[in-house]
Amino acid sequence: MEGNINLVGYGLSAIGGAIGVGLVFAAYINGVARQPEAQRVLQPIAFLGLALTEALAILGLVFAFVL
Amino acid sequence: MIALALPAAANEGGFVPPTLEDMHLPEILPWAAEYGTGFGKQMLLVLLSVALIAWFFLAASRRGQLVPGKLQHLGEMSYNFVRNSVGKDIIGERDYRPYVPLLFSLFFFILVNNLFGSIPLLQIPTPSHVGTAYALAGIVYITWIVLGLKKHGIGYFKLAVVPAGVPKAILPLIVIIEIISTFLVRPVTHSLRLFATMLAGHLIIMLSAAGSEFLIMDADFWFKPLGVLTIAGGVGMYMFEILIQVLQAYVFVLLTAIYIQGSLAEEH
Repeated sequence: MEGNINLVGYGLSAIGGAIGVGLVFAAYINGVARQPEAQRVLQPIAFLGLALTEALAILGLVFAFVL
Repeated sequence: MIALALPAAANEGGFVPPTLEDMHLPEILPWAAEYGTGFGKQMLLVLLSVALIAWFFLAASRRGQLVPGKLQHLGEMSYNFVRNSVGKDIIGERDYRPYVPLLFSLFFFILVNNLFGSIPLLQIPTPSHVGTAYALAGIVYITWIVLGLKKHGIGYFKLAVVPAGVPKAILPLIVIIEIISTFLVRPVTHSLRLFATMLAGHLIIMLSAAGSEFLIMDADFWFKPLGVLTIAGGVGMYMFEILIQVLQAYVFVLLTAIYIQGSLAEEH
């Protein structure tokens, strides 16, 4: 078998980002379920949290290809 | 084990997965090709997207009527979405107005270019070439720095990197982290988020298409039915990819609004 061990490392590092995104949306869903009228306020915050968490996974993807 | 043994059991050519190089299609302009014109399929799609967006919104706003028709209603709805749920909610009621055109054109440019990835025959999202993403994020980067300098003068840099209410002892550490995260990592992640999601999504679809072709055409008799599974998975990813494409356009514009709001805000 041939391949690059970087990709295995990236797969492992993506676990962190996946858990983070899951936590962000779990909190968002909880908040909206408790108080549906807060959805407009919570939605940008949830997507901001998604973007910030995702940044780590994106950096990992780049390093997996570059290094 | 079966999955690992599959390529060896088949013909001697084996399965060739698509690579990143398949993303860079040959250049279209015939002249000066040996120097590299950079005018590939993605460039053509950018021009097409500009024409499409201009045509749609010109048609939607040509005859403004008090009771809007279908086309006008669609145009107003999409304009209101960016204006209210991104511009007004994030930047704030007081000074969101000058930035609505920037947010609006960014959103629809990215949305249409992303959706090109799911339209048959066009079938490649323009941001899957990293240059598109760098250019867009670069415009936003310059915009929010210039806005901050205009609003606060040269003191903006102090405002941006020195958070209020931090003990003196750890202040140098915080300042270094803030400089890195605000001025270096922020534009990089802003552009690469768009690029990487588009590239990865397109790569997954290419992989499932190539895998289906290999399984159905070239694999051993017993493995041929597996091709149906990869086709089903590919169609599923295709649908998921449309969701991601819309979401990434929204996230990009949302972050743009947040950066602009941050440079206009009075304190850190």
